[in-house]
Amino acid sequence: MSRITIDEVKHVANLARLAITEEEAEQFQHQLDAIISFAEELNELDTDHVEPTSHVLDMNNVLREDEATKGLPQEEVLKNAPDSQDGYIKVPSIMD
Amino acid sequence: MSLFDHKVSELHELLHKKEISATDLVDASYKRIAEVDDKVKAFLTLDEEHARQVAKEIDGKLGTDEQKGQLFGMPIGVKDNLVTKGLRTTCASQILDNFDPIYDATVVSKLKEAEAITIGKLNMDEFAMGSSNENSSYSATRNPWNIETVPGGSSGGSAAAVAAGEVLFSLGSDTGGSIRQPASFCGVVGLKPTYGRVSRFGLVAFASSLDQVGPITRTVEDNAYLLQAISGVDPMDSTSANVSVPNFAQGLTGDVKGLKIAVPKEYLGEGVQEDVKQSVLASLKVLEKLGATWEEVSLPHSKYALAAYYLLSSSEASANLARFDGVRYGYRTENPESLIDLYKKSRSEGFGDEVKRRIMLGTFALSSGYYDAYYKKAQKVRTLIKQDFENVFEKYDVIIGPTTPTPAFKIGEKTKDPLTMYANDILTIPVNLAGVPGISVPCGFSEGLPLGLQIIGKHFDESTVYRVAHAFEQATDFHKQKPEL
Amino acid sequence: MEFETVIGLEVHVELKTDSKIFSASPNHFGAEPNTNTTVVDLGYPGVLPVVNKKAVEYGMKASMALNCEIAPVTKFDRKNYFYPDNPKAYQISQFDKPVGEHGWIEIEVDGYKKKIGITRIHLEEDAGKLTHGKGYSLVDYNRQGTPLIEIVSEPDIRTPNEAYAYLEKLKSIVQYTGVSDCKMEEGSLRCDANISLRPVGQKEFGTKTELKNLNSFNFVRKGLEYEEKRQAEVLREGGVIEQETRRFDEATGKTLLMRVKEGSDDYRYFPEPDLLDIVIDEDWKARIRAEIPELPDARKTRYIDTFGLPAYDAGVLTVTKETADFFEATVAAGAEPKQASNWIMGEVSAYLNAEGLELHETKLTAEGLAGMIALIEDGTISSKIAKTVFKELIENGGEAKKIVEDKGLVQISDESALLAIVTEILDNNPQSIDDFKNGKKKAVGFLVGQMMKATKGQANPQIVNKLLMQEIQKR
Repeated sequence: MSRITIDEVKHVANLARLAITEEEAEQFQHQLDAIISFAEELNELDTDHVEPTSHVLDMNNVLREDEATKGLPQEEVLKNAPDSQDGYIKVPSIMD
Repeated sequence: MSLFDHKVSELHELLHKKEISATDLVDASYKRIAEVDDKVKAFLTLDEEHARQVAKEIDGKLGTDEQKGQLFGMPIGVKDNLVTKGLRTTCASQILDNFDPIYDATVVSKLKEAEAITIGKLNMDEFAMGSSNENSSYSATRNPWNIETVPGGSSGGSAAAVAAGEVLFSLGSDTGGSIRQPASFCGVVGLKPTYGRVSRFGLVAFASSLDQVGPITRTVEDNAYLLQAISGVDPMDSTSANVSVPNFAQGLTGDVKGLKIAVPKEYLGEGVQEDVKQSVLASLKVLEKLGATWEEVSLPHSKYALAAYYLLSSSEASANLARFDGVRYGYRTENPESLIDLYKKSRSEGFGDEVKRRIMLGTFALSSGYYDAYYKKAQKVRTLIKQDFENVFEKYDVIIGPTTPTPAFKIGEKTKDPLTMYANDILTIPVNLAGVPGISVPCGFSEGLPLGLQIIGKHFDESTVYRVAHAFEQATDFHKQKPEL
Repeated sequence: MEFETVIGLEVHVELKTDSKIFSASPNHFGAEPNTNTTVVDLGYPGVLPVVNKKAVEYGMKASMALNCEIAPVTKFDRKNYFYPDNPKAYQISQFDKPVGEHGWIEIEVDGYKKKIGITRIHLEEDAGKLTHGKGYSLVDYNRQGTPLIEIVSEPDIRTPNEAYAYLEKLKSIVQYTGVSDCKMEEGSLRCDANISLRPVGQKEFGTKTELKNLNSFNFVRKGLEYEEKRQAEVLREGGVIEQETRRFDEATGKTLLMRVKEGSDDYRYFPEPDLLDIVIDEDWKARIRAEIPELPDARKTRYIDTFGLPAYDAGVLTVTKETADFFEATVAAGAEPKQASNWIMGEVSAYLNAEGLELHETKLTAEGLAGMIALIEDGTISSKIAKTVFKELIENGGEAKKIVEDKGLVQISDESALLAIVTEILDNNPQSIDDFKNGKKKAVGFLVGQMMKATKGQANPQIVNKLLMQEIQKR
């Protein structure tokens, strides 16, 4: 039994906005299953009383003063844009 | 003899005496690239015109009293996941094939301030995901010691370019071993600094809580110089640490008397090739002769590091790489039918297989119902691994082991099974999870392929790491060997 | 079957900082699209966020004013979703450690008072703005990174009127703290509403729908009223409510289906690795608390107690800090409190509404208004003349006394001067005298009008009345 179903693979691909073929879905299923079963080795460890580490350094309160600089020129913003119009970045309609 | 057989300090002396010019150094670099890069494939983009212009400006300052940067005139290669204003930055991915950054990474600005000369951008595994450079979407970089083998990865181009004498030194990035492993495979010196030592601003993020930029050089001394130039707190990076930056080169005394070395038994255990073990034991003897002592210790959670690493790094990557969506920059699919079509096709066509695999894994690990079992669990295991290091460092100054379980492997040998490929990083990954500094220095050969000794230090104690690495280097001549190309 | 309505509101408020929450780009609307951004806002490869201290402090301030507990440790998380206005494809928000939790505000509706709980207040970044053309959408990232607080209420609200009162009160308090303009028409305050129905007496909540596109407090109320009716009808007919998002249509006053929610959205929240924890100690809290001004409820009580104002007046005057401050300054400048209140609630308010202005956008000063009230009190000007003076004060500013002098608006109280005019008017209007004597009391009004016309409104009305009566009797 795989730890991840084909439907889950497709759901995850959709969340990640990746188009996958049936064949790729199967391939991902095998590979993810192998990695996940390997990852389940972690369950050998009792971590009930262990705090999770998000940051390895003991630092906090890194804050910036509220000082504004100038914005980028519009042409810089659009320089790498695949499509733009009148200073805006253009995409297909968000209304499906 | 190549100019790049000299150290920074020697080249600076030659420059001051006007025996050579910065232009000579740039010439030497591009000449060597022209000779060997067809074979090595270390570079993705060259910046020749600009480099020559900078060299000219620097040459104009020679012999004058004008202030000179720490690295003035030194030709450097930059890994292609560090953004360079006006110089194409691809991360070796098709999704950024046409990307022309509008800003410089902080480390790149620092290189400019130090007056190093950027020769070009270096090949890598796509988005730094890989251990062999075979995941570059352009071409696989080759190991200068044997072009049938991989240079390691993901900073394979950075290590190979230095080993092949194409540049004096380079910058790489290390998330799970991506500087140290290729440095080991290519017989050069590579350091992953303490997390927070070097700014990540402008480093295209793979796994934000693990990534660090670091130097790859021929010698430990040059490594110290380069780290000096790129270190320090950056107001643009909240995770860069506000700690003082010592003079690293000044600490290279050659003295390791009384140094206490810990050798984790897990680093010489199963899966580590015999001659790799032997070279480490021989290296320890060298250090013993210099007055250091070593004892075997345990980092008991080492075996869990790989799994924890893949869950954490892939999860962070799944979010970090979501911005490559074909909207503001980078590759956009032709004639998308809808917005969702634009997203899915742009990303599927733009990303390579390994990148997609990790995005899938990371998205899964973070998704509803699995977060606690995978992501949070891995964060807890990270705590245990970090504590392993803290325990050892209570009694010992450094931890030493091999950088990799094997020397460089053949191209194509491990591409079929991701897990086999991942296992390559088993000795480097715990260092990233703990956030401590680690260096790889040449310590021997296995059938003509270089081996690396990994020296791991306490948080922000790169000085001790360098001192040990330098003393070892001075007592051996592995670093003087050069590949024939 | 009788139903009970359950409403919860999610309010987004833009914070009035100079720079954005995670970058130094300017935090104001640029006229030109995509000119108020840096590489950080655009989600360029390699960029990193750095937290704006003032945004955190504004979040703390609003949380304190809304009676929340302040988190000892607060942090940011990534909320993952793809959308063209979301440049990193994740929004930096707060998940499990919001800056404020467990707050409340008190509302007053139809004569009863009620506490509405606030579940949480968290900081996050605003998204860009989309405009739509035929087959395409355009993205402007100027708004991206504007600091926001999201204020989530408990499902304590039971009627659309309570929802309206909650929003009014929330806006009033947040405005007092000065962290936001709270202008719904400019988008600096936005509201989504969740509404469900359950049979009276049932403990479990019914299935809720989420209402969007609510662009004024009035539309919030109307949308909820419509939705309340719609859900009740569906339930009475034995139907089921779908968990869905509905859009309020301003033209028809109806709510229309936008999308059905399939389970809950999977945002894959995880701690933002690019940012560190924010530890809030007692000192920091005390510093911020000290910056919070007296809030509307406290002021209202004080106005009743110290100034002897009716509760209604005190309530109206304290809705905005600007009005309350102006009222107090007017009283401080010597005006009698009830007179000051009458003018501010009456003429001032009417003028502002008619012109679409705010007090600070006019020339009216507290001294000017107080001076004018003093002139009415001492009989120098009539209240009719005062309207002319007021118009001058609010449009061009200045001192009431000087305006009255310059324009010759002083009230005529000289009886002999007025008697001459009264005599002349009575001579010219014998019919009105007859009418009055025949019982048509209204006829005197016409004569007063003639007097005012003849004196350009400057005649003292009491004296005019007295003289008219006296002279009519003589005829």
